[in-house]
Parts: sequence; C-alpha cells; structure tokens
Amino acid sequence: MTHPEGSEAEDRADAWFHALADRTRRDILRRVLAGEHSVSTLAKSYDMSFAAVQKHVAVLERAGLLTKRRQGREALASGDVEAVRSVGVMLTDLEALWRGRISRMDELFATDTTTEKD
Amino acid sequence: MPVTDVQHDLDALTLTITADFAAPLDRVWQVYADPRQLERVWGPPGYPATFVDHEMAPGGRMNYFMTSPEGENYYAYWVITTVDEPGGFTFEDGFALDETFAPNPEMPVASNDYAFAEADGGTRATFVGTYASAEALQKVLDMGVVEGSTLAINQIDDLLAS
Repeated sequence: MTHPEGSEAEDRADAWFHALADRTRRDILRRVLAGEHSVSTLAKSYDMSFAAVQKHVAVLERAGLLTKRRQGREALASGDVEAVRSVGVMLTDLEALWRGRISRMDELFATDTTTEKD
Repeated sequence: MPVTDVQHDLDALTLTITADFAAPLDRVWQVYADPRQLERVWGPPGYPATFVDHEMAPGGRMNYFMTSPEGENYYAYWVITTVDEPGGFTFEDGFALDETFAPNPEMPVASNDYAFAEADGGTRATFVGTYASAEALQKVLDMGVVEGSTLAINQIDDLLAS
C-alpha cells in the first residue's frame, strides 16, 4: 500500500510543488496567468540573466503549469489556469476533512448538553 | 458550523483552521485526552478510526488505524512533542508500515500544532498542519479519507491576489 497506482498523480504533484517552491517562479507564474508574455519580456523584470529566467520558465513548463509557443524569434509563455487550480485543490480537500472533524466535535459537544438535560 | 477561519499557505504547505466551539476549554481538551472520544471525531463517516495506543505526554505515541469500507486498514501514528493541558499540544504524524506501527521511512511526517483557549464563554481552537512535501499531502488524500465536496476555493485567486 506504500505506492498506490496513483503514482503518476503523485509525480505530477511533486513537480507542481517543486515548481512553486521558488519565489521567482511563482512571480513568473502570476504574470503569465494574467496574460501571455514573451520570455525576453519576463527576463527584463528580474535581476538575473536571460538564461536563468529561461530555466525557471522551463521548470514551470515541465510541471505543466505553463505552456510555450513560438512566434517568430519569440517564445511566448502563458499560464495553465486549470493546473494551478489543482494544486490548491489538494489543500482544499484536506480542509474538507478537517471541517468534518470539527463538525463531529461540535456534534459531540451538543450531545453532552442534551444528555445533561435528560 | 463552528469554523471561523481557514488559511491555506501554498508556499509552506500549511493549513490553518480556526474553530469556535460552544463548549468549555476542558471539554475540548477531553476529546484529545480520551481515545474513545477521539475515535468518534477522527475518522470520517465510513472510515472509523481505532486508537490502539494513546499516550498524551512528550515523546508519547498515539497509534491508530482507520478501516475503509472495503475492510482495508490504514496504519498511522502521532508522536507527541509538547503538551500544555488544556491549552493544546503539538505532534508529528506519519504513516506506519503495518500493525506494528513502525514508521514508514518512505513517507515524510507532518507537524501539527493544536491550540485551545477560552473565548466568549466557549473555546477557540486553532489547528495548524504543516506538510513536509506534496507527497505527504497527496498520501493523506489518497488514504480515501477525503470527505465532503471540494469547496470552490481556488488557490489561484490567492496567487493572483498576492
């Protein structure tokens, strides 16, 4: 039971979280989610080399969070909204579990009061 | 619903939930101090939890398993790190290999901080869980313990708003 069949999903989750664990990459993602940007435009926004920015873009692309297309000499990047949403879904699913526990505690306390009155 | 606040921190893989219970502080503490009560709230419907060991003391182990509707048992454990009765406790939780409750070395552990305080005649509880990796988070969800419908809170909104 250590590694269920869903390991492909786990690999994808690992790639997502790795990609998002870097401040510059999150910033790049914010920009390309808002609209398509050329990699050279993105590079001008950061105090780092074009090659370094290109590397960050590649990490985001491998994680499936960003897609690239060519237009002439330019590489244009845009964010994959659906993929980014999925990362949040994991925390949201966990939240649903916790909410359930809290609501069961609440019910347990409500039972106390009823029992005392009986 | 007593839940008053929820915060997701995507960077730190942290979930913080605040709840206000209409019960005295000592009553809230009892839930965690008594394994039979803990069993009533821990496992979601269809996945009852059974606490085999329950030692609420620094270094103490809480060993439990959850049983799926198909009858499969999932073994897990807590290691208590600090206890401040009735104000809360901290613990690490992880997955166990089997009924021996030996930690599964392939799985990272999560850190938890549960704090309880008197507030407006009731008790405010703050639950903080920090997951070491996406794998740990995914595994918790893979155990089949996800309940309720996924709420329409999208992390993308936070990303775009920050």
